[in-house]
Amino acid sequence: MIELRNLSKTFPTEEGLFTALDQVNLTIRDGDIYGIIGMSGAGKSTLVRCINLLERPTEGQVLIDGEDLMSLSPAALREKRRKISMIFQQFNLLMQRTCLDNICFPMEIAGVPKAKARQRAKELLEVVGLPDKAEAYPAMLSGGQKQRVAIARALASDPQVLLCDEATSALDPTTTRSILRLIQDINRRLGITVIVITHEMAVVEEICSHVAILDHGHVMETGTVEEVFSNPKTEAGRKLVYPDETPQEASGQGRMVRIVFKGGSSQQPLIASLAIDCGVKASILRANTKTINGQAFGTMLIGLPEDEEQVGRAMAYLNSQPNLTVEEETGNAE
Amino acid sequence: MLNEWMQNPEVIRLLQLNSDGLLFAIWETLYVTIISTLFAYVIGLPLGVLAVVGEENGVLPLPKWLMAVMNTVINILRSVPFLILMVVVIPLSRLILQTSIGTNATIVPLIVAAFPFVARLVEASLREIDSGVIEAAQSMGCSPFQIITKVILPESRPSLISGLTTAFITILSYGAMAGAIGGGGLGSMALNLGYQRRMNIILWVSVVVLVILVQIFQSIGTRAAVRTDKRIRSQADKKKARDRHKKNVRQQRRFPGAM
Repeated sequence: MIELRNLSKTFPTEEGLFTALDQVNLTIRDGDIYGIIGMSGAGKSTLVRCINLLERPTEGQVLIDGEDLMSLSPAALREKRRKISMIFQQFNLLMQRTCLDNICFPMEIAGVPKAKARQRAKELLEVVGLPDKAEAYPAMLSGGQKQRVAIARALASDPQVLLCDEATSALDPTTTRSILRLIQDINRRLGITVIVITHEMAVVEEICSHVAILDHGHVMETGTVEEVFSNPKTEAGRKLVYPDETPQEASGQGRMVRIVFKGGSSQQPLIASLAIDCGVKASILRANTKTINGQAFGTMLIGLPEDEEQVGRAMAYLNSQPNLTVEEETGNAE
Repeated sequence: MLNEWMQNPEVIRLLQLNSDGLLFAIWETLYVTIISTLFAYVIGLPLGVLAVVGEENGVLPLPKWLMAVMNTVINILRSVPFLILMVVVIPLSRLILQTSIGTNATIVPLIVAAFPFVARLVEASLREIDSGVIEAAQSMGCSPFQIITKVILPESRPSLISGLTTAFITILSYGAMAGAIGGGGLGSMALNLGYQRRMNIILWVSVVVLVILVQIFQSIGTRAAVRTDKRIRSQADKKKARDRHKKNVRQQRRFPGAM
């Protein structure tokens, strides 16, 4: 289990102290795939670097299985870091070494005998699906292949935790998906706890079980992905989950109703039912829904006619539907 | 015509196989250059490494005053013109070699002039490394020493070889000034025989051989730098990289004055 307690990090700048992280508290259970999402500049990279103390927090504790990393000697910390692997946006492979030697590197550092290390490295190349690239140099590989080698390298030290710092941000969508599958597969097969740092919703939706939303160095929301994404409670959360939503100007006519979907079937023809069953002609003003694990999440803003009676019928119908909540908008929603 | 040439005393002198001939001068030049380069790296390489890793946010931060002293010494030594330096280090040569003249005695000032230059060349090479790679090594639990020996130095190998080429041909050119304090080699041949004693053929032959030597080593160096660079894939990339290294060498070498 990884616990971050009251973690703060400030950097001295010319205009005084800059607070990158402010009293961050997080608990990440073993075996989770935990997403930390935020806009650029939110402090994600600093946060992930505090977990293996590449950045030393200004205050607070980093507990791994109850042991405070901050209290370790440099040598003990290096030992500990071998169990916390990390992969990066820019892969950070050694360009002058072959793929096999890159994967051998962490074992070389740990003093594993060379023959044994090479054997293990070959197995890991199989795991990441690149058995034929042992003697290739990183410059000869595509981005996705480089990240696979980096993942193999990260696994070479038999880690308990895998930190992914924007690991798919330099890759195209198809490659991103395949890398995420690989990470998920590793999590399931080897039981490695994965922490995913990203600014992309899709990445979190794809593989994470839990998520924390980070904004300006603060943790705004935490919970399961379904909870947080279906109904973000904070402004920062809404901005991330519904990035295209702009403040609505008051249209002056009709009534607006916001429907929040909380995991009903995404197949249900809600608006059509409203027209046929209730005779209310609703117009969709805005919709932003996502399907996570086959369930609909998100919000829809619909316009209803002025007629009080029709509004009443529509509201009654909507309120009777499972897995969604309805609230009337007053005009300037945000 | 050929007979006439063969009877020319200058040509006869050049072709002698003893210590008066061209062959011996070439040997002396190479000997002085190789030994000086070797020792300049023995001192300059660690200094160049320290200049990078010892910085405040480097892998092995050193006390600020130590870095300041090191940088100041390097800068001062680099500012002293070589002709002056040769005279100034005479006591040092006497101390180490028991003599202050002759070919061996030119090695000492060459090392003193070259090691700060080498330190800066090494420093420039190491700074080309992507900091992300060092961060990755740290995240794997590498010690500072492991990062230096297993990451920083191997990853900058092509650039270091390119720097070695620059250092070698710069020291070779500077060695030519050694004639002034009684050292041997091609420079001395050009100066003492060619110029002072008006032996024009010897002057020109020495100069041409010096230029050829520089070209040969530059070519070997850039080729080695490119061949060992595993980032390069295609033939076109190879050619580009060779041109880049050649340009670097041309820009970094120093003429004349101080290194």
